[in-house]
Amino acid sequence: MLVQLCNTLLMVVVALSITGVINRTRALLAGRKGIRFAQHIYNVRLLMRKGAVYSSTTSILFRIAPCIYLGATLMAFLFIPVADLWPLFSFHGDIVLVAYLLALSRMALILAALDTGSSFEGMGASREALYGALVEPALMMGLATLALFCGYSSFADIFADAQQLDMNLTVIMLLVAYVFVVILFIEAGRVPVDDPKTHLELTMIHEVMCLDYSGIDMAMIQIAGWLKNAIFAMIAANAIAVAFCFHWWFATPLAIIATGVAVGVVESLRARNKLSRNVTYILTIVALSALVLLIGFLLTQNIEI
Amino acid sequence: MELYIRSNNNSSAIELSNIPVVDYVALYNDLKERMTDSRYHVAHYFATEVESGLRFFILILDDQTSEVLISSFAPDYYSEEGLASLTALHPQFHPFEREMHELYGINFNHHPWLKPLRFSHDRRNRESSMDNYPFYQIEGDELHEVNVGPIHAGIIEPGAFRFICNGEQVLHLEIALGYQHRGVESEMLRNQSRLRQTLLSESIAGDSAISHSTAYVELIEKLGEKGIDQDLNRERAVAIELERIAMHIADTGALATDIGFQLYQVACEALRTMTINTTQAWCGNRFGKSLIRPFGTNHPLTTEKIAMIRNNVKEIRRRYNEVRCDILEAPTLLSRFEQCGLVPTAEMKRIGGVGMAARSSNVRRDIRATHPWGFYGEELVHEPVMHDDGDVMSRLMTRMDEVLQSATYVEQMLANYTPTGKIPTPDYDVKLKTNALSFSIVEGWRGEICHVALTNDSGDIKKYKIKDPSLHNWLGLAIAVRSEGISDFPINNKSFNLSYCGHDL
Repeated sequence: MLVQLCNTLLMVVVALSITGVINRTRALLAGRKGIRFAQHIYNVRLLMRKGAVYSSTTSILFRIAPCIYLGATLMAFLFIPVADLWPLFSFHGDIVLVAYLLALSRMALILAALDTGSSFEGMGASREALYGALVEPALMMGLATLALFCGYSSFADIFADAQQLDMNLTVIMLLVAYVFVVILFIEAGRVPVDDPKTHLELTMIHEVMCLDYSGIDMAMIQIAGWLKNAIFAMIAANAIAVAFCFHWWFATPLAIIATGVAVGVVESLRARNKLSRNVTYILTIVALSALVLLIGFLLTQNIEI
Repeated sequence: MELYIRSNNNSSAIELSNIPVVDYVALYNDLKERMTDSRYHVAHYFATEVESGLRFFILILDDQTSEVLISSFAPDYYSEEGLASLTALHPQFHPFEREMHELYGINFNHHPWLKPLRFSHDRRNRESSMDNYPFYQIEGDELHEVNVGPIHAGIIEPGAFRFICNGEQVLHLEIALGYQHRGVESEMLRNQSRLRQTLLSESIAGDSAISHSTAYVELIEKLGEKGIDQDLNRERAVAIELERIAMHIADTGALATDIGFQLYQVACEALRTMTINTTQAWCGNRFGKSLIRPFGTNHPLTTEKIAMIRNNVKEIRRRYNEVRCDILEAPTLLSRFEQCGLVPTAEMKRIGGVGMAARSSNVRRDIRATHPWGFYGEELVHEPVMHDDGDVMSRLMTRMDEVLQSATYVEQMLANYTPTGKIPTPDYDVKLKTNALSFSIVEGWRGEICHVALTNDSGDIKKYKIKDPSLHNWLGLAIAVRSEGISDFPINNKSFNLSYCGHDL
């Protein structure tokens, strides 16, 4: 039980820290003093103390969506192990549940955005639905690669057993980690797919769907965003840790720093994609994860070439 | 009979009696042919009240001979017939004809759509208001409309943008302005104090304070018929080039912001601050307000100030050039800007585009070269920066090259300049020529600014007309985004960076 609580605690630390690392990296590369590390947490605390304003055109769907969004993400969050620790929940086949809990959270937000009747939010919802559908194969094939190597279908078993993996498969594991980091870019709406800092509604994807939310609802959406970051960052960190040093004290800082710095550096040093090129970008990742799965499958068959 | 009186940008004011009053049909037939040649474009076209009704004035610029062709006509006030529309043949006349229709109810026959232009306070039809602006519509199940504005989500000015889209693709954009209308033109007449009028002219468009006040003082000085010291012209040219540097750098940064490119954004923001702080160190205001005054200046350059400006401009030029070279080699940036928001040369000529947007579409329109005034022409021979693709990247490259060019000009103008201390202080009491028309055309950073004033028989200004380059170029933006993705609208908008208040007045 203690191990499970430690695991959850470490996951919370990861969730809270990644945004801070991203902001610090961006500030450093821009030559700015930048905001303090925990500023995003203070911002959300401020939102929680504020009341919410609802548009008169919205229905109950709009009000419950943040709860579903946060609830589903939180549920998925509790299935993720930190390296050798054991997560709070685990059962056979939970990788499929996690994938679809994330899909459920996405659907809730899309429906809420359509519920507002704003033309901006409708555009955002349509983009989010398209990219969500495109990135799902990459996510499933990434998970399938992990399951293939260990013969288990729950995160806890996969990573518990992964310690006995053949080290020849290191490259595959690094590629899986890369796929999950890119999925994080897409799911979290970061450059090059989306730009969380932009003020232009016409170009937004994730942000535009939350335009009508305020106060506690906005806080829930932001917290769910952190949890989502932590889920993908931790899976990626676990995949790397398997190959080098499979302990929680290695995987936790890795998840925070590797993803945080990666996002920060990419956001500083490149422009966003043209919106129509995002599809190509996401399909490239799908293709890569398909390739990783195929090669992984061939390697597990011990085919002599 | 001669249809036009020919003048140029350096000549003095013209007596109203010397401007021919011609038959509209003759003028129409001449313009029908003349405007097909792209060396001509319309600088101003307006109507004004005279005793017997309305008198219309038209100013046509000839880019080849540096001449300004001025004509006028006075149709029968009580005629119900209306005038044949020039817009139907040459779309560049559209804002002028719409304005006259809005103000005086003049009908232009066969005009495509005489929509209100800016909802002036003294418009004729009080029923027409922003709430019932007749937006263009297309029927279709697969189409959707996206309305942006008029309240801007950020900090810039109001304007209503109505997109008709097929999915992500824009089929049509209509821009409805007028929300910033303050009545500048009538405000200019309310008080004949030259100082007040100068202050007003600085507020026509906040980002072009120096350009618009230069246009105002040039116009007043022509009416005042008092010689101007060439050193004063030199200092005004330095000021207008500093404004150009500052605004072009700011827009480079804004374009980087819109594609989420943090690095160039912060680099340009820092450089822009350095530029406007240089102006502040010169005259006390970052946008150059209080710098340009009629017949003199309160802030003559001193040896120390010249050294300060030269040092800063040299440093800005060096650092901006580094940013520029990096931008030209950044693949993610090029893939966003190249072939995006095309305005072909023929289209730019048709709509009468001016300024840097026109030059980016390979249309050579630059008042500093075609109709030089003051220090330009003889002392400073200007060769316009041209690019020929007409896309967002071309407009960015025009900006980047003009920053370097203007920095060179500032250095050139100040290198061998020793202030003599002979520049007088401003004179607000000079008697103006009576019953005259005076115009001034100035190349601001955005493009050609044209001010026209008419005086009455006691030497007071009785009509003041202002034209900001945005009046021509807003239509260019609407054309640029056709068939582009709607998410690329912001970068197109920034690449033009047009003025709302300059249009709405």
